Formats: sequence, C-alpha cells, structure tokens
Amino acid sequence: MSATGIGAAVRRKEDHRFITGTGNYTSDITRPGEVRAYFVRSPHAHATIKKVDVKAAEKMPGVVAVLTGADLAGDKIGGLICGWAIFSKDGSPMKAGAHPAIAADKVRCVGDAVAVVLAETLAQARDAAEKVKVDYGTLPSVVDPAKAQAKGAPQVHDVAPNNTIYEWHLGDKAATDAAFASAKHVTKLDIVNNRLVPNAMEPRAAIAEYDQGNDSLTLWNTSQNPHVARLVISAFIGMAPEHKLRVIAPDVGGGFGSKIFIYPEEVVALWASRRVKRPVKWVSDRSEAFLTDAHGRDHVTHAEMAFDASGKITGLRAKTIANLGAYMSTFSSSVPTYLYATLLSGQYAIPSIYCEVDAVYTNTAPVDAYRGAGRPEATFVVERLVEVGAREQGIDPAELRRRNFVKSFPHQTPVIMAYDAGDYNASLTKAMEMADYKNFGKRKADSEKKGKLRGIGFSTYIEACGIAPSQAVGSLGAGVGLWESAEVRVNPTGSVEILTGSHSHGQGHETTFAQLVSERLGVPIETVSVVHGDTDKVQFGMGTYGSRSGAVGMSAIVKALDKVEAKAKKVAGYMMEASADDIEFKNGSFTVKGTDKKVGWGDVTLNAYIAHKFTGGQLEPGLKEGAFYDPTNFTFPAGCHIAEVEIDPDTGKTEIANWVAVDDFGVIINPMIVEGQVHGGIAQGIGQALLEGASYNSDGQLVTGSFMDYTMPRADDLPNFKVGTTVTKCPSNPLGIKGCGEAGAIAAPAALINAITNAVGHEKVPMPASPSAVWKAAQGGMKRAAE
Amino acid sequence: MYAFTYERPKNIADAAKLLKKADDGKILAGGQTLLPAMKLRLASPGTLVDLSGIKGLSGIKKGGKDITIGAMTKHVEVMKSADVQKAIPALAHLVSLIGDPAVRNRGTIGGSLANNDPSADYPAAALGLGATIHTNKRKVDADKFFKGLFETALAGDEIIESVSFPVPEKAGYEKFPNPASRFALVGVFVSKSKDGVRVAVTGASESGVFRVKEMEAALAKNWSAKALDGIKVPAKNMIADLHGTAEYRAHLIGVMARRAVTAAG
Repeated sequence: MSATGIGAAVRRKEDHRFITGTGNYTSDITRPGEVRAYFVRSPHAHATIKKVDVKAAEKMPGVVAVLTGADLAGDKIGGLICGWAIFSKDGSPMKAGAHPAIAADKVRCVGDAVAVVLAETLAQARDAAEKVKVDYGTLPSVVDPAKAQAKGAPQVHDVAPNNTIYEWHLGDKAATDAAFASAKHVTKLDIVNNRLVPNAMEPRAAIAEYDQGNDSLTLWNTSQNPHVARLVISAFIGMAPEHKLRVIAPDVGGGFGSKIFIYPEEVVALWASRRVKRPVKWVSDRSEAFLTDAHGRDHVTHAEMAFDASGKITGLRAKTIANLGAYMSTFSSSVPTYLYATLLSGQYAIPSIYCEVDAVYTNTAPVDAYRGAGRPEATFVVERLVEVGAREQGIDPAELRRRNFVKSFPHQTPVIMAYDAGDYNASLTKAMEMADYKNFGKRKADSEKKGKLRGIGFSTYIEACGIAPSQAVGSLGAGVGLWESAEVRVNPTGSVEILTGSHSHGQGHETTFAQLVSERLGVPIETVSVVHGDTDKVQFGMGTYGSRSGAVGMSAIVKALDKVEAKAKKVAGYMMEASADDIEFKNGSFTVKGTDKKVGWGDVTLNAYIAHKFTGGQLEPGLKEGAFYDPTNFTFPAGCHIAEVEIDPDTGKTEIANWVAVDDFGVIINPMIVEGQVHGGIAQGIGQALLEGASYNSDGQLVTGSFMDYTMPRADDLPNFKVGTTVTKCPSNPLGIKGCGEAGAIAAPAALINAITNAVGHEKVPMPASPSAVWKAAQGGMKRAAE
Repeated sequence: MYAFTYERPKNIADAAKLLKKADDGKILAGGQTLLPAMKLRLASPGTLVDLSGIKGLSGIKKGGKDITIGAMTKHVEVMKSADVQKAIPALAHLVSLIGDPAVRNRGTIGGSLANNDPSADYPAAALGLGATIHTNKRKVDADKFFKGLFETALAGDEIIESVSFPVPEKAGYEKFPNPASRFALVGVFVSKSKDGVRVAVTGASESGVFRVKEMEAALAKNWSAKALDGIKVPAKNMIADLHGTAEYRAHLIGVMARRAVTAAG
C-alpha cells in the first residue's frame, strides 16, 4: 500500500475549500441580470383553488412577473413523475396522481406551491408574494397512513380510490402461512417507523438561465444526480430537448437522498427564466425545506416471525402501510417495495417470507428515499423481531442470531436477493468482544444500585448496496438503468482528470477516486482531479445514492483505467521498440520484460500526444478512455452494532453508555472517510431512534416545522463510537467494495430500541424514544417488575 | 423582515419618549427572540428602540445584601462574573444553561425578563430569589412582575434598568431541557434565605413562571430533598405538547425540585 493508494487514510482533498469558505455552492453563484423567485405556498393541507388573484402583487415594487399553475399549464409544461413502476397484486399498475410543479386546481399538502413571484430582490419578491390573493375551498385532510384507506377518508387524488397507490406483495404466501401454522413459537410486533425530515446542511437551490441566442437552458441545482435531472426535465417534463439543457450540480452540502429527486422549484425556475428571459434564482429557506423536501420512512407495520422448537426461524410475514405523502416523488414507489421487502431475510436463512405493502397518499409532504431508503425499515422489522423472539423464548439474542445466520454463499433468499459473500458470525463475535458483552450483567447491577435502568441491544443488519444491475432493476419496474460511467483523460504532462457520473455531496470522491488512480498509475494524488456534476463535461451518469459510488462508480473508473493502461503500453512499446505484450507497468514505470529498458509515466503520456514514435496508421494519438460499468449483482454490506444505554427512570432520559459498530464493507479505499461515514450514519440512526420525528396535526399542519420542535441530533446527544471492521471481499466488482454510506443509519435504530426495551423490560417504546416516551415506558416497566 | 424605523437613543428618557410616540414600538435589547421572529415575519414592529447606545445599563454591582445587574448585561457576563459566582452560584449556573454561546453573547437579562417566555430560565431565578426589577418608573417585586405568557407588569413605555437579586443562604437550579429547543421543559429554582424559602418553576405552566407554595412550606420546615417526597404538583394547567404531556411536566417539577435542593446543599 502506498501513502496515497488504496487503503490509506488520506486527508480529504476537498476539505480545504469547504472549511475555508471557498466552496462553490449553488447559492454562491450569481448570474448577471438574475431575478429572485419566491413561492406562494398553501397554508392548507387540502383545498380546492377557486381563484388566484395576482393583480395587486404584480404592481408591487421590483416585481418582474407573478406566475401561476394556470400559466404553467398554458405553456404545456409537464408534471413531475415517479420513475419506478410498481404493480399491485392483481397486476394493475400503480395509481399515480398528477403532480404539477405549481398547483392549479387543488392543493394537497401545506407548502404546495400555488404561484411564484419573480422580483429584482428577494425581499421584494417576498413582499409581493403576500399580496397574491388565493381563494381556497378548504377540504378535510388525512395525515395518518393507517387511516388513509378508511371508508370516507378524504381523497387526495381521484385517480387513487381509498388513497391507495398500490397493494403490492412479495414472497410465497402459502409457504409462509404453512410455516406459521407449524411454528413452535410466533413473535408478533406492531411497528411505526417514524417520519423524518432530511435537513441537509445546505438547503435546496436552483438557478436557471435561458440563452436566447442558442435557445438553450442551463440549470445550476443542488442535485445528487444532474444527468437524471436533465433526462427527466427534458424527456418527461418537456422543458427542452436534452442537448439544449445543461444541468450543473456544483458543490452540494449534503443530500442523504433528499437531493436525488426532481423537484417543482427547479422546473419552475427553468420555465420562468425562459418566460422572462432573465436568470431566475431560488434558494430554499429552512422553513421551506421542512415543508417541501421529500421526507423519509413513515411506515406502519405488523410483523410476525415463526420459530421451530430449536429456535430456528421458519417464516416471516409483514404487512406494511407506507405513506408516500401528497404526491409520488421521483423514486418513492421503489422505497417501500424493492428496497424494503427484499431485505426482510436479514442475515438469516429464512425458508419462507411474505410481505404485503400498501402505499397510500396523505395530505403531507412527499416521502422518498432517505439515507438507507427501505433498508432501515426492513432492518428494524427483522432485528426487532429477532431480539423480541429471543427474549420471549429465553434464548440469548446473540445465540439466537448465530443459530440462524446464513453461513454459506452464495445464498438465495426467498425475497429476490442473492447474497454473494459475508461472515456474519465474525462481525457479531468481534462486536461482542469490543462491547464487553460478557460483563454486561455486572454493569447492569451497578446501574441499578444508582437507581438507573441499563439495557443492551443488537442489530445484525444487512443492506443491498452498489445499486444496481440494470437488467435486474428493469425487470422490477425501474425506469432507468443503474450502471455508472467514467472517463479518464490523461494530459500530455501526465496529470489525470477523472470524469465520473457519480456525484460527491460530502462523500469525499475527490480523494478516494484520486487514491484509486494514484494506486493504479503510480502518480502523485495531487496530479489527479475529479470532475463531476456537469452534464456538459461528463457525458452521462446515474449519480450518487444507495452506497453506489465506490462499488459502481469506481468500478467504471477501473474499467477505463484498464483501457488507458493498455493503450499506454502500446505507446511505451513504440518508444522502446518492443511489443506491447512485453511491456510491464508497475509503480508508474513501463519496462520491457527481461530487459533493463524503462520509460516513465510522464514520458509515455507526452509521447501519446506528440505522436512522434508511431504513425497514425499504427496507433491513434492521445490518451483518453471511457467506460460504462454495469454491476452483476447488488453488494451486501453487513455487520453488527451493539448499543448499551443507561436510563434515568425519573426523567426518561436515555444516555448512550456504549456504541460498538463492526461493519464488513469489503475492501476499504480510505479508512478515515469510511469511519466518518459510519459516524454520520449512526448519528442519523440515533436521531431516528431517540430524537427525530416529523409530526403533523390532524389538520395537516407540520408541528415540527423548525429546529425549535424537530430534534436534530447534536454532538452532545451522541456518544463516542467504537468502530471496527471485518472484511470479506465483494466478489461482484473488481475492487471488492461493498459500500459504507448508509450502514449506520440502517443498523442503529434497531440496536438502540432493542437496548431501551431491554432496559425498561417491555417492548412498547416508540420512535423517537424521547424522554417523555421513555419515562412513560419506564413507569410501565417498573410497575411490571413490582407485580 | 419587514421595513421598520430604527432608533438608538442616548438616554432612558429619550427611549421612553420614542416608545410612547412610536406606532407599535418595540425595545431592542439583545434581540435573541425579537430578531428571529422579525426575520420569520412573525413580528413586525413599526419602530425598534435600541437600548445599546444608553450608558449605564450594563454591569454587575455587588451590594451588602444583594447583586444588581444592569438590564443590558449580557448572559455571558453574568455567567463569568466572579461576584455572581461567589454570592449566588446557582444564578451563574442558570445563566450557563441559557441557549448556546451565540445567544449568551448577545442576549440580555432585561430582554429575557421583559419577554417572559414561559420556558425561559431567567424568570425562574427572578421569582426564585425574590428579585426586584427596577424600571425607569418604579421598583417591581418579581412576585408582581410576571403576568402569564409573554406578559409582564411593564407599561408600553416602561424600560427595565436593572435587576437586584438578594443574596440567599442557599440556592439551586435544575433544568430539564426540551430536547429540540433546549429551552426549559421544566426548570426549578429553589432558594433559602432569612425571608424564607422560594420554589419557582419555569417551562411547565400555561401561565408562565410560578411558585410552588406547598414545596416552599415543606422546605421551610426541613431543607432537604426528602422533604419534597409525596408532594405532587397537579397536572392541570401544565403545558402539553409533542415533547411532554402535562403529567410528565408535573412529575418533572418534583424531580427537578429535589435535585435543585440537593444541588443547593
């Protein structure tokens, strides 16, 4: 391993500009002549729009235009789409309601845009927005997914009776029911997986600029996948032909999934820019972000696990209602289906699984992928069932897991996935040692002497990452392929530019991708730059989410580097008058096998471009290669997290006394960055379990609309994490990478709730396990103990 | 933020005149509540009268029996004051729990008391120590100053100049923060002095800061956490929200009160 190659804890190259305030975020960009956009948003969760009167607003100082949903429809701008088709049990397609970028007839959630004001300054736009008069006919609203399908519930979209988008299922119902019929023990749980607000540090933003001369549009936005945004805005929304639309996602300050999707505001900015022939800039404020960013999770589930007499799991069945909010966001349909039910086998060999998922509309913000996307929900179901099953059967939870682990690979689960490699016992064993599990009883007794409750909980999670083999996802309804592209441009002086379809919004690609190149080409890491996030520079790409940039994005770079190396060997062959087959390339030097002839990287790259050593008939000049990589399988990161808590029963305050994470991410490029990803993921997982929860009242108002009420995790809410790894190489990609971005968020909630329920002595602890909720639960637990 | 007229008078008399004259005038002290509300367009005063140009409104004076703190004294100054730490350490401790460093470096005692947020910390200290609020017109006892949610005895053109805290024999403050805002979900200030025992509660009641007479009577007889055992504060009129039921808040008053007595020693 070199100091900057694969496996080295290289400091992040991009951090200098981020921590010195010299990054270039969308809101840092100012275009000459730009106007500011401010949206008029619905204060009602559900209402018809009788009339939008913009006359008074148009007369306000600085106003350039006030545009409505009727104007948008008049210009034939298409609505937003959901790009993954899901079919119900009966074979009928999902019932997707229309999603205009500005509502024209009806608003379906608080924050729905009803008009946009364009003005010279933001303050003028805001002032004028208050003068837009909207005559609403308010309607009753529904916010609770468990009530959305009830008879007489308010109807969000006419196209979806009973607010039901689809009634989907996966697995073998008859076999699963049979397993339950012959079970020795059945564990049953009712689970609410709480709704979360992503809250990336940088709010969403968009600047659209219409070029009259070329009749083309440029969009700067906070996107995790600018090419997909361009494709959707062009092909489906019909804004402009693909070659007349450029999308640039510059520095982006965090996404966690929420910036994958195509949102109304960027569509409106593009359209408005062409209408007023001036650049249009929109920057979300935090209050808008709470209301309009796609939220995460929001499942209501009943789940059961069947065991035989030896504690072997024989079946799992689950019924989930997934709240997709008022509109189907870009990938919303896939999250509670193929990203969820396919992971219900966990790390276990379960012979039969059956899962039903009803997706419903409600008068709430759209729900879509959020760090982990479906897999945290699946892990929570499986790991809670296993832990509770162990408690009910009087078996140590670690032992019960060991009895059921998948031990040979490849392993085909009953729910599509074929696990390719892993060693679940290794991560469990290592985590138990790091957590000093054997002395937990002593620590619990010590806590009890102080009047505190102590608990410990496991989460042996698995996720499917490296998203995804295109043919496989295509057969499941995806509207796109999920390969990745890379181009390696070698300059005459030997420096290297990597153009990637992946997008970095905090992951550190500028460092890890450069480490790969440094390792492969033997060049200093400083001579490698990574270009991403611009559809005019990178030909196409699928972006970053689903822990895919290492496993898929870097695999594409490997393929392109293979081609670069092959061509560089040819150049070196001409330079040293040898056959390319006899050239060896190592540590940045080309040698002729069995001789002392040697040329360096820089000599070869220069000769590739000056082309003096070969004719055009022999070899094309230049050194630039591209590749598309389509994975052959998902990757399956897995591991074990153990949480230990101490609870003050007088206040319900939970202190996390210890946190151990042992993860198997396959081959690791940069252990420092991976550890950072683990920390961040756990922080969000602890956030879900202990602190965060979006709450709407029955009128559809978001009660947790600011940080005064929405509990974002803070540094002092989190313990020190003990992080370890085990390694089984991923056999499905050339680097052996599995992916690390989501693991913490997937593993953590189950570990923490398992620990808290262990401490209070019963299972009725909701998420978030706030002090008041835990106090109530602890009261129940103590009463039970006294009885 | 909407447009407003900004005034920065040089003395209290001018400030009072400006307030009287202004259509919907507001005093700007530290601005830690008012300015965010204005930015969110939830508050739209016509005139802001900024007190920062008036000399003598800031500073901490130690008297024989009390500590007097100027209205424009910032939280961080009270927190770091050697005099406060020595005479009323519970007060320095309370101030250290207000907001975050940014808030403590801008927020003022006068602003906090005049705002009377039902979840703010300072009102608990003022009521729990029996402070006297000195205005440009009169002296007001803390017992008569707080009038419910965001309401005080202050007239429209009345300006707090300083606050005097009698030095107690013992005092303690325990706060259970709202997990999101870190305001007090329940905060209890207890003190013991020649004039008697005081127990003041913030964060819990729909009517703002209040005293718990039953606890005061019990502690007057026996200054110990144990003396509070069995005293239940009724849940009626307690705040109930996402972060805690009325019953939870009522329960926490007992827990925090016992811990405050223990902390007071």
